[in-house]
Amino acid sequence: MSETIHSTEAHAEHPGYGTFIKVWVALLILTGALVGVSHLGQTYAVWGLLTLTPLKAGLVFYFFMHLKYEGPLLKIVVLVTLGTLLIFFALLFSDVAFH
Amino acid sequence: MSEHVHRDDFGARLGMWLFLVTEIVLFGGLFIGYSYMRYKYPIEFHHGGMELNATLGVINTLVLLTSSLTVVLAIVAIQRAEKKRAMAFLGTTLGLGLTFLVIKSFEWAAKFHHGLYPNAPHLATLPPGEQVFFGLYFTMTGLHGLHVIAGLSVLGVMLWWVATDRIRQDRYVHLENGGLYWHLVDVIWIFLLPLFYLAA
Amino acid sequence: MTTHAATAQPQPSYLVDTGSRKGLMAWLTTTDHKRIGVLYLYSMIAFFLVGMGIGFVMRLVQLTSFQHLITAQTYNALFTVHGVIMIFLFVIPGLPAIFGNFFLPILIGAKDVAFPRLNLASWYFFMAGAILAVLSLFTGGGAPDTGWSFYAPFSLKTGTNVSLAVFAAFILGFSSMLTGINFITTIHRLRAPGMKWFRMPLMCWALYSTSWIQLLATPIVAITLVLVILERFFGIGIFDPAKGGDPLLYQHLFWIYSHPAVYIMILPAMGAITEIIPTFAKRTIFGYGAIAFSSMAIAGVGSLVWAHHMFTSGMSSVANMVFSLLTMIVAVPSAIKVFNWVATLYKGSIDFQPPLLFALTFIFLFAIGGLTGVMQGALAINVHIHDTYFIVGHFHYVMFGGTGMGLFAALLYWFPKMFGKMYSKKAIYASWFPMFIGFNMLYFGMLILGMMGMPRRYYVHLPQFHTMHVVATVGSWFLVLGLLMFFGALLYALFKGGKAEDNPWGGVTLEWTIPSPPPLENFETIPTITHGPYHFEQESK
Repeated sequence: MSETIHSTEAHAEHPGYGTFIKVWVALLILTGALVGVSHLGQTYAVWGLLTLTPLKAGLVFYFFMHLKYEGPLLKIVVLVTLGTLLIFFALLFSDVAFH
Repeated sequence: MSEHVHRDDFGARLGMWLFLVTEIVLFGGLFIGYSYMRYKYPIEFHHGGMELNATLGVINTLVLLTSSLTVVLAIVAIQRAEKKRAMAFLGTTLGLGLTFLVIKSFEWAAKFHHGLYPNAPHLATLPPGEQVFFGLYFTMTGLHGLHVIAGLSVLGVMLWWVATDRIRQDRYVHLENGGLYWHLVDVIWIFLLPLFYLAA
Repeated sequence: MTTHAATAQPQPSYLVDTGSRKGLMAWLTTTDHKRIGVLYLYSMIAFFLVGMGIGFVMRLVQLTSFQHLITAQTYNALFTVHGVIMIFLFVIPGLPAIFGNFFLPILIGAKDVAFPRLNLASWYFFMAGAILAVLSLFTGGGAPDTGWSFYAPFSLKTGTNVSLAVFAAFILGFSSMLTGINFITTIHRLRAPGMKWFRMPLMCWALYSTSWIQLLATPIVAITLVLVILERFFGIGIFDPAKGGDPLLYQHLFWIYSHPAVYIMILPAMGAITEIIPTFAKRTIFGYGAIAFSSMAIAGVGSLVWAHHMFTSGMSSVANMVFSLLTMIVAVPSAIKVFNWVATLYKGSIDFQPPLLFALTFIFLFAIGGLTGVMQGALAINVHIHDTYFIVGHFHYVMFGGTGMGLFAALLYWFPKMFGKMYSKKAIYASWFPMFIGFNMLYFGMLILGMMGMPRRYYVHLPQFHTMHVVATVGSWFLVLGLLMFFGALLYALFKGGKAEDNPWGGVTLEWTIPSPPPLENFETIPTITHGPYHFEQESK
């Protein structure tokens, strides 16, 4: 079997309160940075959107949603989903961008 | 059948994640529509974005981020068998979620007051791109709002189950799954904030 | 062969009510994957017969003398309803919901799916969607007249009951996604000891890849349909050109789901064919890995070809070329499967039985459907035949000749296992002849009509098309006759058929090691798997 049915022992070590509070602080700082760059002008705002937002989402996925503490399968599930959406975007823009 | 009932917590989480996949793609479709329209109407989207109240948007972001934190802390508390604390954290999440909805409703009310809603006579006088912007704004924040309500209902049940010991230290996968749903609602808002309030 | 007969207390069959509820209530509250599969079977055959009847009437209308019977508006409603019923209630959910539910757990050596209650909920969602779809015909502004694709902007403006029909499709999509979640979790978590990924029967690979498409594509159409409803009620303007919206965006979003949906339809049928062929060739499948990977490849590449439905919609020429190329590529994994099936038959000791006949019919008709599909992938030809009967002929070869025949083959193959009854093979052979002849008269006739220039969805036709229309309509009579004989033979077998053996075909996958019909919990003890799925003894000598 590639995955063991009894997965409960993988849960032996749980992260404590501190880890998550640190992540929350990081999220607040990133939000502040996002608001900050959006005041610098349109280009900065778009770059802020394209870099800081995925970073924030990544932190939530990785820590709050416990992906860090899960095996490879759930990570792959998320990556496949995001990859699919990215390809949908790219193919759609093969139409939109060349009108 | 008197054999022991096998419980598969990982299977339950896998099922939840697969459900989240469908939610991600559902909103992904809207994000695809958004980028299509934004590419078509960059200036109109900029004007539309100016009409929105960025301060309220940012406050709501902080509210949701904090509510996400308290959910994950509730799980830590349950893992340590700190029932009271878990209930307090979940209660805080519920409060913050409601706060989000209240702020959101004020925001929507202001837009309605200014005649910026689909089919409004005033909106019809604006350029087509801005009409689409507000169409997308109401659709996406509205659908997100529905997910907030669904998430709050789920977490309300979780709070009840913690109180009645259906969720306890050795059996909390439901709380994990409810939390996963709430975090996803948060992640969607993380994307909505810059798309509508900041970078449009 | 099986030895379970020696066991002391055999479990009762799943068809026997063992709980506190009896009869219909026991069925409607069951969480047994086998009963849920049977519930789907009965409901879908009923919808199929309705859809078939509508198709029959549409063909009658094309014999011009019958045109006074219905109006042009009714004709629009008929082809819409025919499409909605056949696609959303029969071919998309057909094989996964019926045979996936019934056999997936058995094939991997499990007692049930991962989430049995969710599984029952999926059936209720399916029925709710189906009932709403039927209601949309008789309420509001009358039956929708947009075609099953609900193209904007017409779907936003028409006074017919589009909102309810679209909402029904949304609910059906929900049912489909929940089934997908269930199957993926089942395959990951509930395989019997020793059932490694590459020891699974290939039907499981087909269902696995299908489930992934259901998860990754269905939500897109769900949100698109929600947008149509919001547009109709609140005028949000996203697809409405008058408000700056873009109907082309609707087409993109719709086909991002609806093209992969074609692979949701065909992959499980291919999976069933892959089970049938080794059993009747009495040898292991040729190229197990190639078939497993081609299922995943079809799911992957098939999700990237959607815009080949839109070559004439005014896309950029870059997009046209990209999607034309991708469309050609997706033919490769499909062809790999066909070659593997044929190679499996080669030098096999073939035992010719009704399931194999229908499996071969599948290969023949699907090959025609696939090749005409490659033709349409070519840009120059596509412009010529777009929106003609050629398209109608092509997708009936794929969906009916492919998925439909695949489903019939699967039904013939597993019917003795599901119900413990054997049908009359002669009656099935007799039904095959009118079905096969009628099918080709009808749909090859449509291919010719399309090449001549007959547009689809037209109520009337020009005189030069009349001869072929008559041929097609007569073909539809043979086809309907064959289908009625087919279902009649199975219905008779259900009540009066002789008892089926546990392993009537000499199959070697797990379902043939248990009694017919299967016991409540499938296996007395969960089996331990030590070798691949198609391990025939005479071959290994």
